[in-house]
Amino acid sequence: MAMTATEKHLARASGNRVVKPGDVVVIKPDVILSHDNTAAIAQLFEQLPHRRIKYPERLAITLDHAVPPPSARHARNHQAVRRFVREHGIRNFYEVGRGICHQVLCEEGLVGPGMTLLGADSHSTHFGWLGAFSAGIGRSEIAALWATGELWLRVPETIRITLSGELKSGVTSKDLTIHLIGRLSSEGATYKAVEFDGGGLNFLTPDSRAVLTNMMAEMGAKNAWIAPDEITWAWLERVLQRTRPGDYRERLAHFEENALYGDADANDAEEHHISLGCIEPMISCPHAVDNVLPLSEVRETPVDLGFIGTCTNGRLEDIAAAAEVLRGRKLRARLLVIPASSMVLRDASEAGYIATLIDAGGTVGTPGCGPCMGVHMGVLAPGEVCISSANRNFRGRMGERDAQIYLANPAVVAASCVAGYIIHPADLL
Amino acid sequence: MSTSSHRVWKYGDNVNTDVIFPGKYTYTVSHDPAELARHALEDLDPEFAANVRPGDVIVAGRNWGNGSSREQAVTCLAHAGVRAVIASSFARIYYRNAINSGLLAIPCPEIVSVVSAGDFLEIDMENSTLIWDGRKFDFPPLPAQVRDILDAGGIIPYLQAKHL
Repeated sequence: MAMTATEKHLARASGNRVVKPGDVVVIKPDVILSHDNTAAIAQLFEQLPHRRIKYPERLAITLDHAVPPPSARHARNHQAVRRFVREHGIRNFYEVGRGICHQVLCEEGLVGPGMTLLGADSHSTHFGWLGAFSAGIGRSEIAALWATGELWLRVPETIRITLSGELKSGVTSKDLTIHLIGRLSSEGATYKAVEFDGGGLNFLTPDSRAVLTNMMAEMGAKNAWIAPDEITWAWLERVLQRTRPGDYRERLAHFEENALYGDADANDAEEHHISLGCIEPMISCPHAVDNVLPLSEVRETPVDLGFIGTCTNGRLEDIAAAAEVLRGRKLRARLLVIPASSMVLRDASEAGYIATLIDAGGTVGTPGCGPCMGVHMGVLAPGEVCISSANRNFRGRMGERDAQIYLANPAVVAASCVAGYIIHPADLL
Repeated sequence: MSTSSHRVWKYGDNVNTDVIFPGKYTYTVSHDPAELARHALEDLDPEFAANVRPGDVIVAGRNWGNGSSREQAVTCLAHAGVRAVIASSFARIYYRNAINSGLLAIPCPEIVSVVSAGDFLEIDMENSTLIWDGRKFDFPPLPAQVRDILDAGGIIPYLQAKHL
């Protein structure tokens, strides 16, 4: 029977030859992700009689959500995570400053084509850009996974989104993603898989593809997926050479052998065709990600500050785009840039982007999630307006419930901080 | 007894996890039930935490619990004494978290359009039915495998019992 890529991943992970939408299957994921929430999950795990972690080599833990720790309570939380990592012999542990879980696990080659990941983070849909199945779950479920190595999942129906053509200059995959969420709504993909295909993918870089799969969480999706192609393999080879020089060839060979592809005649629940050339710069307005308007309709909305970062848009391409806008200009609004990983920060420094941001009057923070969920490092005061490259603009998300968050692509964030109001970089004087 | 009467708190569509339990507390507030309950719905309805009574239910519109995977958005309500969340539809991770934390999450769009805040309704789990003003509203029963986890009070107690 013909299967989608998502179905093939779940068939393999559950030891079934065939699965179909609606089936409840028990899967054994290859990777189990957690972050600063690891200590809280460990408290749940300790209530279980199992004592031992079934597959310690499958755990991957990053400290990223509140880094460096902004209070003694946060520091104690990190301390508890480190104790857990030591006691259980967890090898895949990444310290404060290495970066955001979703970016780091890609860079480290822990996730690749054909693999399955379950993570205690809603943006775990991220890894689909590498041709992997990945989904977010809750803390109790992660504790159960540590103990048993397996968990129930319902096989999702698939929404297919076919991309054709090429994005216009000044329009990015963030605009495409916001457009999709506006069109299908924040529940448009609830319980479903979203698979992207079509010739338009040839014009989307790895950094751009990750925005799409990452933010499908905001459409309610269980997972999002893009078939590995030459662009994917070239990225893996280039990056894994740096992070694992000793065994990158073996790792790539393993990924190639492991990769899964959907059948052309598989059944989709829904199909959408998007002509990339028709996408305009888009903005998610307060206080919902699917409250979407073209930038032209919110132009000149005053902003107090901008934030460029997060698992959605904190990669090298994003910082490069901001630097290009800021070169030779001065900021009217504050700008905070937080690279998604230490590799991104290093590359951005080497390319001179960081110097450009600082010369313009911006500032740079430790790789991690930054103020995205309102914990620290740039949270908003009452009444402040922020333009952000992040993924959520819910009321209170970045601190105060009376603050306002607009979501945009990183170049628009940078341009808006130059002008002091929302503007596209092409319209800057 | 298979049914009991519950007071309704009523909310709209697309209530997200940030307003159910603010993210700024997620890595410091402990698992202390009273502390979690104190922040329940803080950015949605500042009156809720002080006035909720054990056994109350929340009735809401579409896509309840969209956003973050934070489980406190479920457990803060359970600790506040909320018996069930009844909604037109649920976000995926919230629905899983509810089952795995032993909180009733009941999708039933028909009843959402008729009940008001302060009304009382009954929940009949045996027959998968809600009763309001003498009228019955059916909701889909859970798959047996999933019902077992909910009946045990969540995935942690379920695994504790299973391991014995």
